[in-house]
Amino acid sequence: MHELSIVMGIIDIAEEEVRKSNARKVESIELEIGTMAGVEQQALDFAWDAAVRNTVLSNAQREIILVQAKARCMDCGIEFPVKDRFEPCPVCHDFLNEFIGGKELRVKSLVVS
Amino acid sequence: MMCSTCGCDQPGGVTITKIGENNFTPIDRLALIKPEFPLPTNKKVIEVEQDILLKNNKSAQHNRSHFNADHITAINLVSSPGSGKTTLLEKTLAHANDLNCYVIEGDQQTLNDANRIAKTGVPVVQINTGKGCHLDADMVHHAIHQLSPQPESFVFIENVGNLVCPALFDLGENYRVAIISVTEGDDKPMKYPDMFEGSSLCIINKMDLLPYVDFDIEKCKSYARMANPNIEFLEVSATRSEGITEWIDWLKEKSRAEEKVY
Repeated sequence: MHELSIVMGIIDIAEEEVRKSNARKVESIELEIGTMAGVEQQALDFAWDAAVRNTVLSNAQREIILVQAKARCMDCGIEFPVKDRFEPCPVCHDFLNEFIGGKELRVKSLVVS
Repeated sequence: MMCSTCGCDQPGGVTITKIGENNFTPIDRLALIKPEFPLPTNKKVIEVEQDILLKNNKSAQHNRSHFNADHITAINLVSSPGSGKTTLLEKTLAHANDLNCYVIEGDQQTLNDANRIAKTGVPVVQINTGKGCHLDADMVHHAIHQLSPQPESFVFIENVGNLVCPALFDLGENYRVAIISVTEGDDKPMKYPDMFEGSSLCIINKMDLLPYVDFDIEKCKSYARMANPNIEFLEVSATRSEGITEWIDWLKEKSRAEEKVY
């Protein structure tokens, strides 16, 4: 699954930051993942445990900030949370919606030692 | 010629084979650096604020700038397994005699697809991802090094058959083309919207089988337009070579060969 590629990407970023700060390992890491980023939580957990062994992230605490996907109706302008991309506006029931956020896939911060 | 300083001789798990040659270039996706530094006494907070796919995106941009510099038109073909990507490519290459074409094939295992393409006489490289479910920009970069496509040519990248994962990974292509066949459900674009959102063209294949299946073309198109209002459509039958001329016309219209930056 592509969640493994995503974990490899996180490991790359963590290794780089550890190297830049002359540190040894990562104590904790904060990730920002949008609800519509295309990342499945269970698959991510599974990939994480396998991939971080023997890396700077092997004992790191992991915090995931879930960013709720929202849409803005292009007709009436209201913003509303969405679970998938085909939800109509709750007010005017239109499908002309612009998506705001929800696709984030970032390392927000980490603590090294 | 591709970059001389990209240092792209990395390690394993993925193999790239140029058909007609015996050399392999293994890329290790799992090699990790173990830093040896003195133990610091303090913990340090680092505000990273970095996109996880940044590395792939940078690699994709690197590919894209090479394509642009050489006026190469790169097409990323995506679909479920069995939609007919390889057959469509075979027919395209057979009919497009006036185009200079190169192919990058992506599958978990085997050289089967690349061997089929090789029979058309077009230079082809097979990427085997092993356990991987998608091609990424790094793999394409290595493949391009082996292929060395000429300026003003077309490079077709046939992605791993998968409508989910490839949507996340920019390869540096100019156009992504999604292929769906009438033997699949017409609600495919609703089930896999990310892939259709990122595609410029949707090719509906196996049109010769339409009389025998319950596939509603207009419904399928309207679902695809919900994901991407600007998506274009072509209806083809690759096995019957129908609609191939219109597809080649689309390619010629999108060709970057005429654009010259002086």
